[in-house]
Amino acid sequence: MDKKRMRDILLAAGLLLFAGILYLLLRPGGEGAWAVVTADGQEMARYPLSEDRQVTIGEADYNILEIKDGAAAVIEANCGDHTCVRTGAVSREGEAIVCLPHRLIVRIEGGEGPLFDASVG
Amino acid sequence: MKKHVARYALLAALAMVLSWLESLLVFPGLLPGMKVGLTNIVVLFALYRMGLRDAVRISLVRVILVSITFGNAYSFAYSLAGAALSLAVMAGLKKWDAFSILGVSVAGGVCHNLGQLAVAMAVLETARLGWYLPVLLASGTAAGVVIGIAGGLAAERVKF
Repeated sequence: MDKKRMRDILLAAGLLLFAGILYLLLRPGGEGAWAVVTADGQEMARYPLSEDRQVTIGEADYNILEIKDGAAAVIEANCGDHTCVRTGAVSREGEAIVCLPHRLIVRIEGGEGPLFDASVG
Repeated sequence: MKKHVARYALLAALAMVLSWLESLLVFPGLLPGMKVGLTNIVVLFALYRMGLRDAVRISLVRVILVSITFGNAYSFAYSLAGAALSLAVMAGLKKWDAFSILGVSVAGGVCHNLGQLAVAMAVLETARLGWYLPVLLASGTAAGVVIGIAGGLAAERVKF
């Protein structure tokens, strides 16, 4: 086998290996649902709903996110309207908590779908 | 010159037909963006047998015609980004001369997918498609191997 063909094979094998490693690193959380925190359109963090935790997002403008019993809720915030807090707990795929003043979205990804197929009105 | 024009036309038409043919080949279980890239056989052939300038012309004509016929403005952007990145990298690797046509084709297939993914991320303004990267890397590599073998045979044997 000539040298070039050898390099071809190395290139292809290297790319496949790289793809495999990337896949393991990037795959979206396997089973179970995640709370995905997005600020200013950028994903900041994702937490599994299966682990209870409390995180403070932001410093001067803060929202405290609590994950408990498989649901996520913003329990405290210093935004003006507190819509995020009043939203309550979310746990189903597609549900979201939005804090417009802080440009923050907590969205549920994966896991069980919505309770209803659609809502009207 | 006349002979040249006829060659361009022939290859551009062939590339276009292959694009169309490929759009008919839909296998269950394939995710969007996973494709063999049959037209790359033509581009490889042009690159190896006619040179970079001709490959660029044929590729560009193909992208424009296919978008006008089957696509829209978005698909034009996807195609163009994929084709341009792929061809640029293939031309660079060919000049570098470290790989055979097979390796060049693999790099081209992967870059074609990367270019399209980049446009998709820009259009949708999201980085959430990042998880798709490994899928497209692997499928681009596999497609590149197949096309590289076919393109290599064509470049070697076709009398033109």
